[in-house]
Amino acid sequence: MVLALEYDLFEILVGRKDDADYKRKPVIIQGITGSFGSTHTKLMKEYGTNVAAGVTPGKGGQTYEGIPVFDSMGEAVKATGATISGMFVPAPFFLKAAKEAFDSGIKLLVAVPEHVPILDSIKAMEYARSKGARMIGPNTPGVIVPEVMKVGIMPARPFKQGSTVVFSRSGTLMYEVSYELTKAGFGQRLCFGIGGDPINGTNLIEAFDLVNNRDDVSSVIVVGEIGGDAEETLADYLIEIDFKKAVVAYIAGRSAPKEKRMGHAGAIVYGNYGSADSKFSKFAAAGIPVAKRPAEVPILLESRLKPD
Amino acid sequence: MKLLEYQGKELFAEYGIPIPSASLAYSKDEALKDSTKFEFPVVLKSQLTVGGRGKAGAIIKCSNSSDLGLAFDVLSKKEVKGELPRGILIEEVVDKKSEIYLSIFLNRSRRCYSLIASAEGGVDIESVTNKVIFDIPLGGLLREQAQEAAAKLGLQDVSFEAFVDFAMRISTLVKEKEIELAEVNPIAILKDGSLIALDSKIIVDDNAMFRHPELRKYEHVSEIERQAGKSGFSLVELYGDIAIIGNGAGLVMSTVDMVTDRGGRAGCFLDFGGGATTQTIYEALKVISKIQQIRAILVNLFGGIVRTNLVAQAILDAYKNNLVNVPVYARITGAESEKAKAMLVGSKAKLYDTVEEAIEQVVRQVA
Repeated sequence: MVLALEYDLFEILVGRKDDADYKRKPVIIQGITGSFGSTHTKLMKEYGTNVAAGVTPGKGGQTYEGIPVFDSMGEAVKATGATISGMFVPAPFFLKAAKEAFDSGIKLLVAVPEHVPILDSIKAMEYARSKGARMIGPNTPGVIVPEVMKVGIMPARPFKQGSTVVFSRSGTLMYEVSYELTKAGFGQRLCFGIGGDPINGTNLIEAFDLVNNRDDVSSVIVVGEIGGDAEETLADYLIEIDFKKAVVAYIAGRSAPKEKRMGHAGAIVYGNYGSADSKFSKFAAAGIPVAKRPAEVPILLESRLKPD
Repeated sequence: MKLLEYQGKELFAEYGIPIPSASLAYSKDEALKDSTKFEFPVVLKSQLTVGGRGKAGAIIKCSNSSDLGLAFDVLSKKEVKGELPRGILIEEVVDKKSEIYLSIFLNRSRRCYSLIASAEGGVDIESVTNKVIFDIPLGGLLREQAQEAAAKLGLQDVSFEAFVDFAMRISTLVKEKEIELAEVNPIAILKDGSLIALDSKIIVDDNAMFRHPELRKYEHVSEIERQAGKSGFSLVELYGDIAIIGNGAGLVMSTVDMVTDRGGRAGCFLDFGGGATTQTIYEALKVISKIQQIRAILVNLFGGIVRTNLVAQAILDAYKNNLVNVPVYARITGAESEKAKAMLVGSKAKLYDTVEEAIEQVVRQVA
């Protein structure tokens, strides 16, 4: 099921070229005064993100790094007109914070918290859908438009502007693969973490839909891992829609034992369900090469494209 | 968290789902004593989290107490896929007419809960072609849906009603306890048409455990896993001699794959998560030091804001305090890496520019 969304993701993040605030879209940080939220707010700001406000209940009226803090999302949205929120609250507060964000008019929620109960993720996703909004995550490192802005916890160094897109189920592997791409001359237009949980607010198929018609995207890298069938359903979908852009995949966890949760809540194999073999064979059927290690990704991409 | 059969059946009983009378024993004496409560034959079932128990011979039918004693000895020593049983369940043998299959599970790609039912029970559901599958609302299974499934399974009269009731109760259990998978394979249909759960497979959402303290009693972690959990790490014990640690589950999985490709054997998977500090690395080495078979440690850290010289200091501290004495092969991207390399000269630890180089060296070391 594909979400009906009022706006294009790029448009939400950076705006239209003729917008006055093009590339300076305001962002609100939920949980700005926490240790995690505050550290990354500072880094986001340094990177160029327009962090216009923060929310921490009970801390309204304060400022952090010159950014006004509000008690509620309603007040923060009213003051800034923001439609993007980066969420850094502890997992037990995720659902309440997500509903508050969508109720206040947020159209893109980047949910960083790990360890969110599955039921809460499904509820938040359904809530977003009812409001015509999108959620990325939870358990995502966030989204970055290299050299423009980022909402999340990714370091700046691996990323460079270009025309490749990276969608990843893992945070550090997104950095690692992007870094390999950057070193090989393949810059990125957009990278985001799908999330390491069994339920993703924006899944791989929806992520591909976001970039399918964009002229500024030449290729897409999928960083998958064992568990679930997101890669398998994606492979079927790409065959079905006859996806034209170059696609290269990497799958982590092929040597992991069965029925063991490998760090991510979503990284677990039951029988053949979620196994690396199942994903490899589906990608092979879709004609998508799968790298054996992160450093092989640009080599495989090179064989399909010339560097930017 | 995956529950053992008897634990799942405890939850079934709590939700009014019929189960055979049974008793859990940890010793032969206990088993013999408990068996007097039953009429023979009884069935002895190893309590394991791994699947494939029947095929592995970890379920034995016994027709008298001397059989039972022998079967108990066999089962208590029998490893299935590397796992020893945590108790043996003694269960009455029911007089069944046929078997069916039912599960309610989190359907990841459809991002909702789904139900699968089949008139063929006791077999691998993946291999069954004739099955009913449909999505259910977040609020739980609808009675009409349960009735439709019962009709498609060809159930009638008593069995039809019993199935509807059974499925509704499983749905309530899934919803209230936040369960990822509740599978009953098989459900026996008895001579009188009533239904009874012969097995249980329950996986609870670990992330929802804070709302279910009553399920904590089912948690079963090794001492090493407990220590790792206390430090906020994810740890999976493996069987090789190279400990693999890093920041991020995907990165560590990827490193395990690459080590395996080079002929190395991973001894553990340890993800210490984002925001690594000197203290984090030190704590991770402390956890690793408790795993006996480790002969070398491979660190793969994709640093964002971490300073590598601080990581190097943590490794040196761990050596100094005799926490570890095996060599450490590290790949750490981040600031000050030349300084970190220089600091480690003369120690058993070495820093590499790429993970491939570090892997080549660590595999050579333990070969």
